[in-house]
Amino acid sequence: MNALRLAVADGMTIARRNALKIRRAPDLLGGVVMLPIVFVLLFTYVFGSMIDVPGMSYGEYLLPGIFVMTIVTSAQITGYTLTQDLQKGVFDRFRTLPMSPSAVLTGQTVSDVIMNVTSIVTMALVGLVAGWRIRSTPAEAALGFLMLLLFAYAFSWVTATVALALRTPEVFNNLATILSFPLVFLSNAFVDSTRLPGPLKAVAEWNPVSTLVQAARELFGNTSPALPVPAAWPLRHAVPVSLLWSLLLLVVFVPLATRLYNRAVSR
Amino acid sequence: MPDAITAEGLVKKYGDVAALDGMELTVPEGTVFGLLGPNGAGKTTTVRILTTLLRPDAGHATVAGFDVVRDAGRLRAHIGVSGQYAAVDDHLTGAENLEMVGRLYHLGAGRSRRRARELLERFDLAEAADRPVQGYSGGMRRRLDLAGALVAAPPVLFLDEPTTGLDPRARIGLWDVIAELVAEGTTVLLTTQYLEEADRLADRIAVVDHGRVIALGTADELKDRVGGERVELSLADAASLEGAARTLAPLAAGDVRIDAAALRVTIPVADGVTALTRALGRLATERITVRDAGLRRPTLDDVFLSLTGHQADDKTEETVR
Ligand SMILES: Nc1ncnc2c1ncn2[C@@H]1O[C@H](COP(=O)(O)OP(=O)(O)OP(=O)(O)O)[C@@H](O)[C@H]1O
Ligand SMILES: [Mg+2]
Repeated sequence: MNALRLAVADGMTIARRNALKIRRAPDLLGGVVMLPIVFVLLFTYVFGSMIDVPGMSYGEYLLPGIFVMTIVTSAQITGYTLTQDLQKGVFDRFRTLPMSPSAVLTGQTVSDVIMNVTSIVTMALVGLVAGWRIRSTPAEAALGFLMLLLFAYAFSWVTATVALALRTPEVFNNLATILSFPLVFLSNAFVDSTRLPGPLKAVAEWNPVSTLVQAARELFGNTSPALPVPAAWPLRHAVPVSLLWSLLLLVVFVPLATRLYNRAVSR
Repeated sequence: MPDAITAEGLVKKYGDVAALDGMELTVPEGTVFGLLGPNGAGKTTTVRILTTLLRPDAGHATVAGFDVVRDAGRLRAHIGVSGQYAAVDDHLTGAENLEMVGRLYHLGAGRSRRRARELLERFDLAEAADRPVQGYSGGMRRRLDLAGALVAAPPVLFLDEPTTGLDPRARIGLWDVIAELVAEGTTVLLTTQYLEEADRLADRIAVVDHGRVIALGTADELKDRVGGERVELSLADAASLEGAARTLAPLAAGDVRIDAAALRVTIPVADGVTALTRALGRLATERITVRDAGLRRPTLDDVFLSLTGHQADDKTEETVR
């Protein structure tokens, strides 16, 4: 078997293992299926009844933001399982096997894609029931879902890097929570960023989460001409900039995570 | 016969602590090599270096002809490892764990599945095969981990304290498995705290302390280094121990030892049975009651004590001249 086929085969073996793990662990499964359902229902019915968006329903405006928030929070599962595996010595077994060294991280991130597909499909279905509509062409909508998945995949490598640097599940969980909150809430995911006060507005408009949310809104057709057009450059080119962000994250964090993995396991 | 494992001058430092300090060993193909040593001696560190989990700071080692640092990737296809702490996946079932290992050895799906069932049977885990490992007992996890080392039927096996945590039945079962593998030509390096186990399983034993080998040989050779036969006498009461030791001193070929807790006096002797008879005669004259008497060859316990200066377990003994 050549090296690439070996890497792919081993990556699939590890991905299958992680998928089994998620299915068996109620806490992980909750994060993948239950939490997204709760997010969608809570935000559309509770906040949707309180907040008005000009020209459209708040629920419809909100769903792309919930997609992105779920991606950011569920990427933490990657990090969490990695730190757990590090502590339990499962990696010791892997490292004495003639497997491709890259398979552990590719397998982990690929199983995250499966997980993300599950939660995005769940959210889309619940969203449709709750009044969300796709108002774009099928091709645009498909691109929208692919773009979300690509970003999710890239973001898994970010959390993998953080996890491998921190090494303990508790420390990782605390830091991930502290970091992911401002990332999601200092954005346009739930509010119209043009109405935020000065410095907050600048932060929100350049936040990659905002770019991705804006891109998703455009691709699903969840925008309204009545909404003010944001002036910030990334928001005016949201789709290409989102793709760029995903690629940038991959270019930086794939090698970084790989280096940290090799170092973390050889102590 | 070519050597399956060689190690020369291995050094591994953790800060100021030298976990290994010039570790040397050679293991011929198809033999069992036992690493015996107290806690912190460097046994696990040696195993981790030989199985490519750690890089040595100095020295070099080969396994199955591959350098453990330079050829680590290719070496791994030829070894099976069971570490000191079971490396099994809690959320997977026993069968899924072994199948995964088989696939990562690139045995293919069908063979991995068959091999998994076979090993689960062999390690008495067939009934628990389809339950998640989370619910396994410590000994069951240990056995599953050992089975993981055997999945690819590798020519060289590393077992770090393989029987720790196993009940007597499982321990003897594992001994049988190891004996079978060796008969088929497998080379085994194992570490153990059980002297009895090293004695029974290992063709050659290295006694390790402070990161290096302090004695090497077969169990018999090691015992001979400590001395010949001894007379062991168990007395009825503690008060007579000192008197007995004084009475028997003229018969002794070395130090007379008193084990106060076991009410036992041990005398190294040159002329076995004669010495035993005379010892019993002298004690009878002194009216010291003897509960049990016997002629003993040294055990690996004695080897341990005399070589490392501390005993494998915690018996308190004192020496009388
Ligand atoms: N990761 C580590 N960091 C710091 N010190 C370590 C590390 N691993 C081992 N050591 C030290 O190296 C020495 C040898 O440890 P090792 O685990 O090889 O001993 P061992 O013979 O396997 O002992 P045991 O019978 O307790 O398993 C010990 O003093 C230990 O404290
Ligand atoms: Mg050890």
